[in-house]
Amino acid sequence: MEKTLNLTLKIWRQKNATSPGKIVEYKVSDISTEMSFLEMLDVLNEDLTKKGEEPVEFDSDCREGICGTCGVVINGIPHGGYKATTVCQLHMRHFKNGETIVIEPWRARAFPIVKDLVVDRSAFDRIMASGGYISIKTGSAPDANAIPVPKENADIAMDMAACIGCGACVAACPNASASLFVGAKISQLSLLPQGKVEAARRAENMVAQMDKEIFGACTNIQECEAVCPKEISISAIARMRREYVKAAIK
Amino acid sequence: MQFTQVFGSTIGKKLLLGVTGLSWAGFAIGHLVGNLQLLYTDPTPFNKYAHFLTSLGGLLYFVESVLVLSLLLHFLYAIKVTLENKKARPDKYEVHRSAKGVSKRGFSTASMIYTGLLLFIFLIIHINNFKYGTFYTTMIDGKEVRDLYKTVYEYYSNPVNVFYYVAMMILLGTHLSHGFWSAFQSLGINGKRFTPFIYSAGTVVAVLLAVGFVFIPVYIYYMGGV
Repeated sequence: MEKTLNLTLKIWRQKNATSPGKIVEYKVSDISTEMSFLEMLDVLNEDLTKKGEEPVEFDSDCREGICGTCGVVINGIPHGGYKATTVCQLHMRHFKNGETIVIEPWRARAFPIVKDLVVDRSAFDRIMASGGYISIKTGSAPDANAIPVPKENADIAMDMAACIGCGACVAACPNASASLFVGAKISQLSLLPQGKVEAARRAENMVAQMDKEIFGACTNIQECEAVCPKEISISAIARMRREYVKAAIK
Repeated sequence: MQFTQVFGSTIGKKLLLGVTGLSWAGFAIGHLVGNLQLLYTDPTPFNKYAHFLTSLGGLLYFVESVLVLSLLLHFLYAIKVTLENKKARPDKYEVHRSAKGVSKRGFSTASMIYTGLLLFIFLIIHINNFKYGTFYTTMIDGKEVRDLYKTVYEYYSNPVNVFYYVAMMILLGTHLSHGFWSAFQSLGINGKRFTPFIYSAGTVVAVLLAVGFVFIPVYIYYMGGV
C-alpha cells in the first residue's frame, strides 16, 4: 500500500568548484514510498524552484541503474548501502517517516565538486583513455567461435564489464582509492584474447594514470565491494596487481 | 617500465608492505615457537636454543639484516602510504559509515598505522631489553654460555613490564588480523578458494600469536618466583 513520508534533508550545497560549501536543511512532505530517491529530490527541486530558490544540482541519466551517472552519499554510504542498488533505483520505502537524511557528494581529491552534489569524474575518463580499450579494427562482427574463450574467463570478464564507472568505490574507500574501478577495467580486458595483446602496456599506463590523478592506495578494506551497485569483487584488484607486476617484470 | 618504477606506484608500495609484513609475521611465528621453551622450569633447553641461534654466525647476521631492512621499509612505506591516502581525500564527509556486508572496515583496518607505530617502538624496547639486556652467564656442558633465561625471568617479574608486553601483543594480534590476509591480497594472491582460507588463517595466526605471546610473560610472572 502506498504511504507517504515527511522527511528532513541535510544536503551539501556548494555554489561552484571554488566556493566553500555547507550542509543546508530542507523539509519535504508527502513523499510517496514508491518514488525513487532521485524523484524525491525532484520534488524538493520543484518546491525550491516555486519558491524562487536555486534547485539542488545532482547527476542522473538513465534512472534504471545501468548508466553510472547518478550517485550521492546517503547517510554516510555511497548509493545508500542497499545491495546492488544505485541511487536512482533506491526507493523511498527504505526510509521512515520523520527521518533525517544526510546527502553529500562523492568526496575525493580526484573528484572535485562542480556544484552541490555533482562531482567531476573525468579522472575516470582519463584513466580509460590511457589504456582501457583494445586497439583493433572494428567492422563487421567476427564469427562467434573464431577465437575460443574459456567459459570461466568469459564469465569473469562479464562480471568485470558490469562496472558502470559510477565512482562509488572511490567514494566509499577510506583512502579514496580507484582500485576497484581500474581493477575491473584491467581484468575485463586482460581476461579476453583480444585484450591480452596489450595487457602489459594497459596495466602499466592505467595504473600510472590512476596514481597521477591522486587516488589513494588500496589497503584491502573491501568497503568498495560492499557499496558497488554491480557487486564487483576485490578479486579485480588482485588481478590488476598481478597484471601490473607481470608488466613490470616483462 | 623500469622495474624500480614499480615501487613508486600505489600498487608497488603495497607490494613492499605485504612482503616485508609477511617476513615479520613469519619471524613472529618462529619466535613464539622457539620461546615456548621459556615455559620449562629448567633453563637449559632455552639457553641452549639461544646459544644455538647466536652461534649461527653469518646466517644469523643475514636473517637479522633481512628483518631489519624489512622493518625499516615497512615502517617508511606505511607512513608514506598513510599520508598519501589522507591526501586523496582532503575534505571529510559529514557522515561516513561502513556499508557492512563484505566490508572489513573496522578497528583493525583503521588502526593499522597506529598499532604499527606502537609495535615499532615496542620492538626497539624489546630488543634492547633482551638482546642487549643484562648479560648473565651459565655453564652448559662445561661451556660458559649466556643465561638469557634469567634475563627474561628477571624482566617479567616486574608487573609493569608484563602489562606493557601483554598490551603490545594484543595490538600485534589486532595488526595481524587485518595485515596477514591483506598482505596476500596486496601481492595479488586471490582466489575463490584461497581468499576465504587465507582470511580465516590470518585470524587464526593473529589469535594464536597474541595468545601465545601473552601467555609466556604472564606464566613467568606467576610461576617465576617458584
